[in-house]
Amino acid sequence: MLKTKEVEFNYDNQMFFKFQNIDLNSNENLLIIGESGVGKTTLMHLLAGLLKSNSGSIKLFDKELNQMSSYQLDSFRKNNIGIVFQRPHFVNSLTVKENLQLAQYIANKNDNTRIESILKNLNIFEKSNKKTNQLSQGEKQRVSIALAIVNSPKLILADEPTSSLDDNNCSKVIKLLKKQATDFGAQLIVITHDSRLKKHFKKSIEL
Amino acid sequence: MNIFKLSIKNIFNKPLSSSISLALLVLGVGIISLLLQLNTLIKDQMDNNLRGIDMVVGAKGSPLQLILSSVYHIDSPTGNISLAEAETISNNRMVGSSIKILYGDNYKGFRIVGAEKKFIELYKGVIKEGKDWDNPYEVLVGSKVYEKLKINLGDELISSHGLRETGQSHDEGTFKVVGLLKPSNSVIDQLIITSPQSVWDIHETHDHDEHENENEHEHENEHDNREITAMLIKFKSPMNIIQFPRQINENTNLQAAVPSYEISRLFKLFGFGIETLSYLAYLIIIVSGFSLFINLFNSMRERKYEMALIRTLGASRFQLSTMIIFESLVLTISGFILGLLFSRFGVMFVSSLMEESINYNLNSLKILNEEYWLLGLSVLIGVVSSLIPAIQVYKMNISKILADA
Repeated sequence: MLKTKEVEFNYDNQMFFKFQNIDLNSNENLLIIGESGVGKTTLMHLLAGLLKSNSGSIKLFDKELNQMSSYQLDSFRKNNIGIVFQRPHFVNSLTVKENLQLAQYIANKNDNTRIESILKNLNIFEKSNKKTNQLSQGEKQRVSIALAIVNSPKLILADEPTSSLDDNNCSKVIKLLKKQATDFGAQLIVITHDSRLKKHFKKSIEL
Repeated sequence: MNIFKLSIKNIFNKPLSSSISLALLVLGVGIISLLLQLNTLIKDQMDNNLRGIDMVVGAKGSPLQLILSSVYHIDSPTGNISLAEAETISNNRMVGSSIKILYGDNYKGFRIVGAEKKFIELYKGVIKEGKDWDNPYEVLVGSKVYEKLKINLGDELISSHGLRETGQSHDEGTFKVVGLLKPSNSVIDQLIITSPQSVWDIHETHDHDEHENENEHEHENEHDNREITAMLIKFKSPMNIIQFPRQINENTNLQAAVPSYEISRLFKLFGFGIETLSYLAYLIIIVSGFSLFINLFNSMRERKYEMALIRTLGASRFQLSTMIIFESLVLTISGFILGLLFSRFGVMFVSSLMEESINYNLNSLKILNEEYWLLGLSVLIGVVSSLIPAIQVYKMNISKILADA
């Protein structure tokens, strides 16, 4: 499902990253763990098609990301990948529900029952009509998970989802992410420096 | 949810900064549109009432005043002229037709004009109810007068001396309403019209009262002493307009004025003020464009994570740029619409003021061609001021923004 080979990336010839190869089968989740500064976020952006590598190959769902145009990457992303960011971002002028509707609109979908079922599953259905800046930190995180899965992606990429959480909440969030991935039939790749997560994944690589 | 809805939500999310740009644009568009409307309406009204009157003859004084009083009925007359002298002019071979009019009285602020029947034909006046006058002291009443004063057929009107409401009243001067005129969209709508004889008679008695003990023999030469206020003249040939007025002004103690010339002079004076004001208004529109630009530019910075999020959700660069341009266009187009509304209220307000003071009204609310240009200008301002922010969003490096978070 995901196969990377000799992926290299450098920012303006200043920082140079060479990533180890990844080979992930369907129905497997993956933990990518590494210290700060080893290029975790860069790798995630490469996998999400937000950046293009300088050399090597990234094959995701049998598509070679390096050969796609920016427009094709946008389109590939909206159909296949959901992203959970370290710090949740939303469109502030919209309510929780409208944020999810916007995500659906971008992917040419319109399915309010799915939005309802996701929000209920994440236990934030009663916040549907709240503006996102009225939410607590935990609620924001759950809404950002909802945004990542609303378009039924085949792959969920999560960037440091637990770094700022205590042990109790850390374990809650990662369980929630895994449950959502299983419930909605997606694979999960978590990129983090948080070694507490190791016990939750069968497969992990260290950068 | 779609990009257009999102644009509108974004505008309402920042009501304060959006409304400043909007207010400036409304003001700019409103002022220009108001000036255009008033200019056109007044010009139309003026042209409409000109009715091919080539020349007006009256007492010496300001030519503009003569025109305003005897063609538009909005200023005091320059004085009276003798009937005999007027008749000499109307008998001149260059004169095609002439209409004598007399002033002197008003009824509750509306002018009573003594005029030959040709006067009503000139303005295409049609009697709605009743009949034409046959005898002195019988009057026809214009539509605005009877509507406003609720005058009915057969009513008796007691006139006051002079052209203003406060004049001394003639108890003897009781006019009888014999006819009501249909609205003609011309000056006769705001006039009360009677035969010249009525006006002569009423002032005869009036003067008589005042000078009871003097000059009884005046009555013997009655015909020679009769006066009129002005005479409206059409020439046989348009060529005469150059020569004839000058002859009158130089060789008689009467004054001849050419309405079309005086009115264009008036509009030149007006025009200067209108032009200055519209430059100011265009300046306001440009400032509104700047304010819009600064608005969008700042909101781009505040919303960069939001933009990055939308991109990661799979929206294309183009969709995001469209959203920015939409936001700007929604503001400028609503600014244009509100500006037009503003100007229409302005026209109504000015019209009600004018109606009170000079019984003119201006109630045409159609969209002028120049206003379509204003729409074009508003759209242009919307596009231009959002161009740089839109390009910025287009070039945005989402990976970098997200990594900095």
